Amino acid sequence: MTQWIDACAADAIDKDDMIRFDHGDRTFVLFRSEDDRYFATDGLCTHEEAHLADGFVMDCVVECPLHQARFDLTTGKVLAEPAEEDLATYPVRVENGRVMLGLD
Amino acid sequence: MAEAPRIAIIGTGAAGVAAAKALRKRGHDGAIVLIGAESCPPYERPPLSKATIAEGADPPTLLDETKRTELDIDLRLDTEIAAIDRDRQRLRLAAGDDIPYDRLLLATGAIPRRLPVPGGETCRLLRLRADSEGIRATLHDGAHVAIIGGGLIGLELAASATRLGVRVTVIEAAPRILGRAVPAPLAEAIERRHLDAGIEILTGAKITHVEDGRVVHVDGRTPIEAEVVIAGIGIDPATALAEAAGLDLDNGIATNALHQTSDNAIFAAGDCASIPHALYDDARIRLECWTTAGDAGTSAAAAMLGDSEPFRAVPWFWSDQYDETLQVAGLPDFATETIERDVGTAAPMLFHLARDGRLLAASAFGPVSAYAKHMAVAERLIGANGHPDPSVLADSQANLKSLLRAAKSA
Repeated sequence: MTQWIDACAADAIDKDDMIRFDHGDRTFVLFRSEDDRYFATDGLCTHEEAHLADGFVMDCVVECPLHQARFDLTTGKVLAEPAEEDLATYPVRVENGRVMLGLD
Repeated sequence: MAEAPRIAIIGTGAAGVAAAKALRKRGHDGAIVLIGAESCPPYERPPLSKATIAEGADPPTLLDETKRTELDIDLRLDTEIAAIDRDRQRLRLAAGDDIPYDRLLLATGAIPRRLPVPGGETCRLLRLRADSEGIRATLHDGAHVAIIGGGLIGLELAASATRLGVRVTVIEAAPRILGRAVPAPLAEAIERRHLDAGIEILTGAKITHVEDGRVVHVDGRTPIEAEVVIAGIGIDPATALAEAAGLDLDNGIATNALHQTSDNAIFAAGDCASIPHALYDDARIRLECWTTAGDAGTSAAAAMLGDSEPFRAVPWFWSDQYDETLQVAGLPDFATETIERDVGTAAPMLFHLARDGRLLAASAFGPVSAYAKHMAVAERLIGANGHPDPSVLADSQANLKSLLRAAKSA
């Protein structure tokens, strides 16, 4: 069953920006789009171990801080090498001004 | 309809593999033959001086078997080319076979330089996976390694070797390390980091000879005895095939901005090739960086299929040293002004501007979390010929993303 984790305040993330969110021994990227939708993906690049939230995001695309692999944060799809694998994505909902992350 | 051209690519490094992938991505449905001299499938070379040394990690593959099959790339490993027969458009293999081509990409890379002193040939070199694994095998706890050359490869090796409990001496001929590729303030911060880690650095050291790959004799100093001596003094473009085929050379295989050599059917990209670069007033440059080699391979693939966009990828490289990273976007050498930005690292992040205020390069050293966002903005501004406001670049509180939005709407 999906567990909904209270991650942060909805306004703690700027538009077209992201934060790193750690939960247990896992790490995620929480992203807020320009049109105010929220998304969650795994937080580490699928190429080498780097926190994507340390990288750059613009127009829903994150660039890894280490080697410039790129991913679409709304779908998790890899857009540029050196990464080859997509990011896992997770459901997100906003309730009472809080960003809730859905984990199985 | 004319049949799709048969494309042959010599070289299984970043440029060659990126080109093969890009050809398919762009819809090329003719044959692609990818030819490499090494016996192992294509792999990433950057870890060879880092995780492969420090952890014994296998370098990640560049083209796994699933992908190769899916893209229908005819991969020929362990294959030496004897000559390019330009008249008949065929590659003559050392083993005797021929490979026909309609278009050929030379992505032959570079060859590490041998130390030009007596005994220089006894030093180990680092370029291939086998070199890296051979070096690692000598680095046991308590051993002493002498690294000749205080450039990026030598210093990455030094940082990796110390993680194995090895004592390291770096021997540099110039008055300072990293004189070639790295702005001075960052080079100084990197040097301090190495000294803190207990690396011995000898600068201004003129090597007279090397004895048996173990003893380095330096003019006016006590000889340096080590279990292993490694030379990392630069690379030369691998131009032998091109030269024998009579192609024009100019600091590597000379190409036009579309990666085309003096033979219309033959292209060249990566460390082996020099190209007039659109972002730097068409100055002819030859870059030795992995990411840019991949960009060039991708761009050359487009050109081989008839695209006429000149190469304009922003040069970009990184170097991991300990838990910190150097990144340089663009070419600082072309700049006349430098703007500093405090990003909380030992040396400030640098933005390198032309006299007219155009951003030509940016550089930083430290944990990537301190500066990667700014570097990404800088890279995009460089690629867009941006003239960012210097006071915003220097203001550590300013969000540089606003500069991109400004450039976009301008």
